[in-house]
Formats: sequence, structure tokens, C-alpha cells
Amino acid sequence: MTAVDAVDAVNTDSEAAAALLDGESRVCNAGNEPVAVVELRGASASVAGRTLWGGVDLTVECGEFVAVLGPNGVGKSTLVKVLLGVLPAAAGEVRVLGHRPGTAGAQIGYLPQRRSFDASLRIRGIDVVRLGLDGDRWGIPLPGTRRFGGTKRREADARVREVIELVGASAYAHRAIGECSGGEQQRLLIAQALVRKPRLLVLDEPLDSLDLPNQASVAALIGRISRSEDVAVVMVAHDVNPILPYLDRVVYLADGGAASGTPEEVITTETLSKLFRTPVEVLRASDGRLVVVGGPEAPVMHSDRHAGALVGGDGRDADRRATDRRVTDGRASDRRAADRRPAGSEADDAR
Amino acid sequence: MSMFSHPFMVYALLGGTGIAAACGAVGFFLVLRAQVFTGDALSHVAFTGALAALAFGIDLRVGLFAATIAVALLLGALGRRGRADDVVIGNVFAWILGLGVFFLTLYTTNRSGSGNGSATINVLFGSILGLSSSQAQTALWIGVGVVAALVFIARPLLFATLDEAVAAARGVPVRVLGFVFLALVGAATAEATQAVGALLLLGLVAAPAGTALVLTDRPFRGLGLAVALAVGEMWAGLTLAYFVPRMPPSFSITAVATAVYAAAMIYRWSARRRAAVRSAATAVAPAHIRVAEPVATADTVSV
Repeated sequence: MTAVDAVDAVNTDSEAAAALLDGESRVCNAGNEPVAVVELRGASASVAGRTLWGGVDLTVECGEFVAVLGPNGVGKSTLVKVLLGVLPAAAGEVRVLGHRPGTAGAQIGYLPQRRSFDASLRIRGIDVVRLGLDGDRWGIPLPGTRRFGGTKRREADARVREVIELVGASAYAHRAIGECSGGEQQRLLIAQALVRKPRLLVLDEPLDSLDLPNQASVAALIGRISRSEDVAVVMVAHDVNPILPYLDRVVYLADGGAASGTPEEVITTETLSKLFRTPVEVLRASDGRLVVVGGPEAPVMHSDRHAGALVGGDGRDADRRATDRRVTDGRASDRRAADRRPAGSEADDAR
Repeated sequence: MSMFSHPFMVYALLGGTGIAAACGAVGFFLVLRAQVFTGDALSHVAFTGALAALAFGIDLRVGLFAATIAVALLLGALGRRGRADDVVIGNVFAWILGLGVFFLTLYTTNRSGSGNGSATINVLFGSILGLSSSQAQTALWIGVGVVAALVFIARPLLFATLDEAVAAARGVPVRVLGFVFLALVGAATAEATQAVGALLLLGLVAAPAGTALVLTDRPFRGLGLAVALAVGEMWAGLTLAYFVPRMPPSFSITAVATAVYAAAMIYRWSARRRAAVRSAATAVAPAHIRVAEPVATADTVSV
């Protein structure tokens, strides 16, 4: 696809410098300091003493669209929790909008991994969006206060309408959300996450359970919003293809390790093979879609992951930084790594 | 009006108003949170609590409130994230009901001579016409208190109900809200047991809320409507019971509630049918209906 060609093949070594320059030249939401929206330095995460991934170096600037990729169960959602401050990073440094994660509040819009709303749920979409604006306030919105807090209320109404228009949901926002289709619900929920004008939008598999046309259109919507609203997007995805044209950066998580950079740098045969320590091939279909092939199909064994946690530790950072292309090797034994298989695009592969 | 000249009728209307309002408000969120089963379990608990109080010779209401609120919190603690789950409820309430039978035996063997033989029947089927002046006032104030508390937590509770993860990320105390809500359900259940009885209170909890959710899709309007419907149904039921001498109030109240719910369902069903017929008629000109679609299609093509 043309979007892929448009991004220059930046040398990895100069990439950090480029990001720095970018940060200086760009000021998001005028008036704010030009700090990176998300900054991870050698971050790793562990759950119950088990290291999931490690050595993540990532800088997300305003308006950038970043995908978090990786096999199932590698801890992509855990990265979301780390960014939200729900789970502390096991090692390394994590800054969100220049602060400790979890302190940015309304400046972060969050869309969790989702089951769709029950079909019998009779709450209007617009009310669900509205909850994103003032759902954490006590009491109920009183119609009587229109006279007193009139302007505030009108502003809130206008903002809700504006954001619904932005995601193109005006036609069905007044219908019960249970009666909306999966794609329509997803758009309304994106509106809910955007309603407070956040500077960072964290989306956990928003394309999951959508059909192909809806995946494409919701991906296009997110890509458009990240540019037009100057909001940085960190999106967990199991398939990179629907969002590939809009991506500025990807983070590929692997057992114990991680790779980050532009899609052209990371989603390559060479990088992924090094990351997963097993021959992996990245193929490009005629329409520009990427297909990741390789590794045996064997599922990951839990005992293997515990072994990884036991072997894994800190103090590999020096090692990690030395590795070129910012690929960090998992401390995995080759046998264990061979059990893993990058889940980049197998869904598309099957189609 | 001769109906209001009877003190027992006035007390019933007074207490019934508080009870119905609490049930309607609590029921609205029980239906939204798919926790109606919790209300059912708590009604069984109310039976046991009341009989325990009778067996030990203390005020019946103390037993009612202690039991329902304690078990409501217990259910929340056992279930995940402040929401009681079905298996837990199933187990707890079968055991609790067994306990109720045990207290019943205790009561009938020890205190059957006390002249309060109909107490068991009252616990099961309610005795709203037997409310005293002070009981009616207490019921009214507790009802007002439950509604006020629920209105205060309504917005965050709705957020937590629809979107637990997002609400939690926004700093809404999801778990605490779940417990507070269950405690309110416990209080409403205990109150309602006095009016319509442990076996029938579910009708007063579920029917007005279900009706409100059928009639409106605006959440706060729905909450108000559920309260209004419950109170209206309580008044209508009491009036019916007054004018039809053989009709027990518990029956007339739940019958009115059920009839209104059925009417609302029929109304929606017929509205749906009419809408379906209308859209089928306009389907001949599809360009007019599918205004929203082309956006999505355009995006699809460009990718």
C-alpha cells in the first residue's frame, strides 16, 4: 500500500533522535509542554512473578497511531494496564504525559476489550457517550438546573453531539445501544472515550468481533481521529492489516522481549525471526497486506512460561540496548521460543 | 372519601408509598445489572430473618434488616467484583431457606402460645393493612432514604453497570458502589416483606422496573418512571383491595404490577410491528433509508 512507502525507511539508530526532533517541533493541544504522550524505557511487566514481556522502548508523540502486536497471551492487555496505571511496571521507566501512569485522569480515553452490549439493553447510545463525560459525578443530571447551570449543560450537550458527529454515529445515537450493530456500538464507545478531549486514546482490540468492512471503516475512523484531533492512539491489535496504512509505529511483544519501531522496521522477516528466535517469514500480499508465517503451531505451554519467569530477571538492559534494531531477545531457550508463533496476521492468512 | 377515613388504610398508603418507591428504584438497577435473581434470593433471606427474630422473641424488623443486608453484602463478597453470581446465590439461598424452616420449627414449638400464630403467614404473604402508625412512618422514611441514596449514586452506578472497566479507569469506585447498592437492595427487600411478603416482593421489584425499561430508553427518566409506576401500582392495588373485600392487598398489588407490565410489553410489540410494516413499505425506496451506510462503504473502499 502507498502509505507504507510514504514513510521513509528510517535508520534505527537515528530514530531516537528523529523522535526527539519531532517532539520539539510538535506541540499538541497548544499550550501544553511538548512532552511525549507515552514514554517507555526498558519497561517490562510481570504478573504473579511471571515475566510477560520486557525491554520495551517506546516514545509516542501527539497524534501518533501506535499498534501493540504480539501472540495471544503475551500480555498486550497488560501493557494497557501499565499505561493506565492499574498495574505497575516490573522494571524500567514508564511516563504518561510526563507523569507517573494513572495520574493523567481525563487526559486518557480508554476503550477496554469488549463483549458487546446485551441486545435487550434499552439505554440510548447518546447516554452511554454522555457517561464518558460526567459518569463519575454523583447524583443525577437534573432537568431543573437548566436555568441555573444552563451554559454548562448546553456546553456538555454540544460536546456530546460534536463527538458523536466526529465518529459518524449521529444516525443511530438516539437508538437503544443494544439494538445497534457491533460496528455502531464500537463507534459510540470510541465517542465515549473521546468525549473529554483526551490526549491519549488507549484501545484494547477495538476491531475484535467486527466483520471485515467494519474493521476497515473503524480503523479508518481511528486513523482519521488521531490526525484531526491530534490525539495519540495506542491500540492493541491481533491483526495489523486493517490499521497498517495509518500506523506510525508498532510494538511487537514477545515472550520476555519486545521490538518497536516503524512497521517497516519491525514487521520484517529478519526482526521477527530474531525476536521470536525461530524462523519467521513476513510475506506481503499483492494488495499490501502482511502475512506472518512461521513457527510450529504448537500452543504455548504454561509450564514453559513459568520457566521463562524463573530464568528471566533484570540486568539485561545493557545487553538489550546493544542489540540493534531495538530487538530484545527473550531470555527464552530456543526450544521454548520455537513453541511460540507470532500471531501477526494468521487471521488474515486463513481468510 | 371513605377509604381515607380508615386509619389502617392511611397507614397502608403511607408505608406502601415508601416501600414501593424503594422497590421501584432498586428494581430498576437490579434489572439493568441483570441481578433480579439477587432480589429473589434476598426475599428468601427475609423470610428466614423474620422467623429468626420471631423465634428469639425480638422485633421482627430487626431480624429482617439484619438478615437481608448482611446476606446482600455476603453475596457481593462471594461473587466477583461486587456482583453476586448465580451459583453462589443458588447455594446460599437454599441453605438460608432451610435455616428458615428450622427457625419456624423453633418458633412454633416454643412460642405458639403467644397468640401470634399468623406471623408466619404475614412474613410470607405480607400484611400491609396491619401496619401501625409508627411502622408506616418508619417504612416511609426508610423508603425515602433508600431512594435518596440511590439517586445520589445513580450516575456512577449506571456507569459501572454499563461499562465497568471504563468506569473503574475513570476512578469510579466500582466495587464499593456494588456493595452499597446490594445493601440498599437488602433494605428495600426487608421493607417490602412487610407489605407484600417474602414470596411476592419480587413482583414489586421487577415489574415496575421492567415496565419502565420497556417504555423509555433514557436511563434517569427510566429510574423516575420505575419509582412512579411502583408507587402508582401500590396505590391502585390498595384501592382495589379496599373496594373488593375478598381481595388480599398483596395479590392486588402484584396483579396490578403484572398487568401494567404485560400492557407495556403488548404496546411495544405492536409498536414494533407497526414500525416493521412501515419500513417494509418504504423498502421499495432504499436510497431514502440507508442514509447512514455510505460513510462506512466509502471507508471500506479506500482501504
